[in-house]
Amino acid sequence: MGSPVISARNVWKIFGKDPVGYLKTLQPGRSFEDIRADGYIAGVRDVSLDVARGEMLVIMGLSGSGKSTLVRCFSRLHEITGGSIEVDGQIIGDLSEKDLIELRRNKMGMVFQSFGLLPHRTVLDNVAFPLEMRGQDRHTRRKRALEVIELVGLAGREDYFPRELSGGQQQRVGIARSLAIEPDIWFLDEPFSALDPLIRREMQDEFLRLQAMLGKTIVFITHDFDEALRLADRIAIMKDGAVEQCDTPDQIVMNPTTDYVAKFTEEIDKARVVHAGVLARAGVAGEGQPVEAGATVQQLARLLVNDSRDLIPVADKGQVIGALDRQGALDILLKAS
Amino acid sequence: MTATTTEAATTAPALPRKTLGLAMIGLAVAMTLLHYVGLLPAWLHRLPEAIIPPFATWLDAIFNFVKDDLGLLALTRLLTDGLEVVLDATANLLFGKRRWPNIGPIPWSAIAAMAAVVGYYLGGWRMALLAGGTFVWTAMIGQWDIAMQTMSVLVVAAPLAFVIGLVLGITAWKSPSFDAVLRPVLAVLQTLPFFTYLLPAVIFFKVGPTAGAVATTVYAIPPMILMTTLGLQKVSPEVVEAGKMSGCTRWQMLRHVYIPAARTEILVGVNQVIMLCLAMVVLTAFIGMPGLGAKLLAMMGSFKIGRSFEIGVTIVLLAVTLDRMSKAWVVKLPEHFERGTPFWIRHKFLLMAIGAFVGFTLIAQFVPILSEVGRKQSWSQGKEIDTLIKNFLAIDLVQSITNSIRYVLNIWVLNPLRDFMLSIPTVAFVLLVSAAALLVAGRREAVLAAVFFGLVALTGWWDRSVITLYSVLAAVSIALLLGVPIGIVAARKEKTANAVLLACDTAQTFPSFIYLIPAIMLFGITATSVVMSILIFSMVPLVRYTIEGLRNVPDEMTEAADMSGATRMQKLWNVQLPLALPTMAVGFNQAIMFAFFMVIIAAFIGTQDLGQELQRTLAGTDLGKNFVLGICVTLMALTFDMVIMKWADDKKARLGLN
Ligand SMILES: Nc1ncnc2c1ncn2[C@@H]1O[C@H](COP(=O)(O)OP(=O)(O)OP(=O)(O)O)[C@@H](O)[C@H]1O
Ligand SMILES: [Mg+2]
Repeated sequence: MGSPVISARNVWKIFGKDPVGYLKTLQPGRSFEDIRADGYIAGVRDVSLDVARGEMLVIMGLSGSGKSTLVRCFSRLHEITGGSIEVDGQIIGDLSEKDLIELRRNKMGMVFQSFGLLPHRTVLDNVAFPLEMRGQDRHTRRKRALEVIELVGLAGREDYFPRELSGGQQQRVGIARSLAIEPDIWFLDEPFSALDPLIRREMQDEFLRLQAMLGKTIVFITHDFDEALRLADRIAIMKDGAVEQCDTPDQIVMNPTTDYVAKFTEEIDKARVVHAGVLARAGVAGEGQPVEAGATVQQLARLLVNDSRDLIPVADKGQVIGALDRQGALDILLKAS
Repeated sequence: MTATTTEAATTAPALPRKTLGLAMIGLAVAMTLLHYVGLLPAWLHRLPEAIIPPFATWLDAIFNFVKDDLGLLALTRLLTDGLEVVLDATANLLFGKRRWPNIGPIPWSAIAAMAAVVGYYLGGWRMALLAGGTFVWTAMIGQWDIAMQTMSVLVVAAPLAFVIGLVLGITAWKSPSFDAVLRPVLAVLQTLPFFTYLLPAVIFFKVGPTAGAVATTVYAIPPMILMTTLGLQKVSPEVVEAGKMSGCTRWQMLRHVYIPAARTEILVGVNQVIMLCLAMVVLTAFIGMPGLGAKLLAMMGSFKIGRSFEIGVTIVLLAVTLDRMSKAWVVKLPEHFERGTPFWIRHKFLLMAIGAFVGFTLIAQFVPILSEVGRKQSWSQGKEIDTLIKNFLAIDLVQSITNSIRYVLNIWVLNPLRDFMLSIPTVAFVLLVSAAALLVAGRREAVLAAVFFGLVALTGWWDRSVITLYSVLAAVSIALLLGVPIGIVAARKEKTANAVLLACDTAQTFPSFIYLIPAIMLFGITATSVVMSILIFSMVPLVRYTIEGLRNVPDEMTEAADMSGATRMQKLWNVQLPLALPTMAVGFNQAIMFAFFMVIIAAFIGTQDLGQELQRTLAGTDLGKNFVLGICVTLMALTFDMVIMKWADDKKARLGLN
């Protein structure tokens, strides 16, 4: 991975009367509740994380944990109270209004939790809106808008107004709009929440395809762990404005660093998350046919049960990287650990 | 004088409010009694002339300074020239005034047809019928020219007020400091009696349509500002953020995101602008602007009830049409066309409107009656209605009823009340008002009430102010006795409630002038008519808010009462009325504001109050006096407004409503 596209250092976002003054006098170690008792709300609390180019970072957490607020800080829809955020090597808080507009017009796209469609514009005009703001001519922007509308499966509804569409359709308009400018960095705030499972699945696939093809940097918020597992390179789990843990799905379920994360992932079927590659201990040589590093424990279930080897070699792209302990893998499969 | 009461109210915070209030009332009563037995020094009864500052002269000096020395007059005269060209142009188009562009008048049938198409577009056949019918009626009854004189000012003033209100509203929304300055100014502007708009317009702008247009515009601006600000503030944050993420510049944000998203509120503002413009443009009759208002004034003055009635109908029809059409526009949301819809269907209404306009303009060239309805051809039945009404009033029963109402009102209610109010010493009066404010609202209100009424006393127009107040209180009290029971009865059934509410809504759109017609019709040009017209006018909000208050009582509360076995009466007294009271208070407040407004219009009938003096100032150039009188009315109205609204808010908070 190259240099990070988004790099957040000690970011704070506090809501209240005089957030900056309050943050200055804030003693370290004060909890979310303490801050609330002082009459302020800590939307984001001392968050540091990097998002690499082409990476898909999924943010999870309970309602009100600050997910949307953090993403709004990344796109500077909120001015942060403390810390710094770099996007593409530029400190985003220092950008002039003009530069910020340029950045948003050319590099950033965002899908909003409650869609944020302009009520007075048709689907077509909503999707073409960012292009119109960029000053593209009517013909080009129409062509491009029709393309993305087709992509999200709304062809034929171009002339509808938002209030004439269902929630899921509105959400897809929001997705299409954010896609219209082909952003490098893409913020998605629960983009599939209003879709039915079938379309949801389709959209996720479409998403992975786009991601593989275009290599966009994506920050994705969701409440749905399955969705997170399908999409995420890394998952950040938030609680009360702070990031509790930010790691690969395997690590989050295998090695939760806090009790909260452990509880959060308790219900998950780990066999579906953990990959052979993660279980492989380097330097240990197994014998016989190696298994693929990218396979999950669940996918290996039949082999794990039937095989008699203690150590099974794991190979990544034909190269053996170590061996996994069959008993340990079986424990995961049987939820023993 | 006011200083003593002010001090009393502020230096004794330890005293409970009630005791203090009662003490003040006691003091006032004592003073009044002393006055009756002749023991009160004269300077406590009425402020001696010597200490009354010459406010009017001071104000005149300020006006003159602004007008001449600061060169404001030169500026406004410059504006006048521009406005005059526009007004002349609309006058030429609508009723053929001989000015540029010299192509008018447009045949009435073309305008009526176009109005019908617009009505059809906005609200279907019913609206088309209403809009077209209004204009057909106006032409047929022979009032086309005067109606168009009114419209020619309206079509200039309303868009002007819209644009200025929109710009100021946006500025106020952008800049909190501007907003902070603007808000109190708007509050005062909205309680200023309309007369205070008229005279400055005459002085700074030319007499006639120009002054009328300026006064009308200024009068209609405040609600547009408020609605614009409200709408912009209500735009959903995610829509704003979506705009930002699309890379909008500030201007693009405003133009493509905020204003379209605030469409509803802005259009509600447009509706209010149109209705206020209509109300005011009719009133500009007082500064000699020709049109429907002037004609009505003249007809009522010479007791030509039949013609007055017909003009009244025209005004009402115009008001209802404009109101319904602009309201239909508020709720009319764009709808999509299917792909491949041909051009002529997409623009069906535009083509229809153009077609109707061109078609009737052409036909009118050959069929003169469609172009202009002559005096002889009109269907006016003024004389006949006059005879009809005279005969009706001459019926013994009717006559005895109107006479006895007039007699009872005058001898038993109105005159004694007026004499009593006038007999209270000024100082005692101020004390009483302040005490009432203290008991009903709070200390702050008590102090302000004392200051406001003290100022009224200092202007030297005390007696006339008291008479004004008396008319207002008398009329509103009677309206209360009639309106509240009507509201209670109407609120019982959903259907009647809706019907009455609709009637109230419609009645509220009528320009105030209209309310004089039935009063004069029944009681002639007498003091009773004044009270009657105020009474009818102020009953509308009372009925309306009583119904709304009762209807908004939460269901679980009435259900709880039902389950406790309350009778209908018990439920009404113990549950519904107490909970509806704050809302009813808002209606009461509005009734009082309406009454202050109407009392001045009614002065035209001949009264001895501030309105009469105000009307007199209009004939001259007494700007200072005009303002002093206007401020007297404003101060009294503001006192009521402040006290009642504070009470209603407190009550609401205590009842846990909202
Ligand atoms: N503009 C604001 N003003 C004040 N408080 C805010 C604002 N925006 C968010 N908050 C507070 O910040 C906290 C985090 O809100 P946020 O919207 O980021 O939650 P979330 O994790 O996105 O929740 P959800 O899953 O429900 O969308 C909440 O307590 C919220 O009340
Ligand atoms: Mg959220």
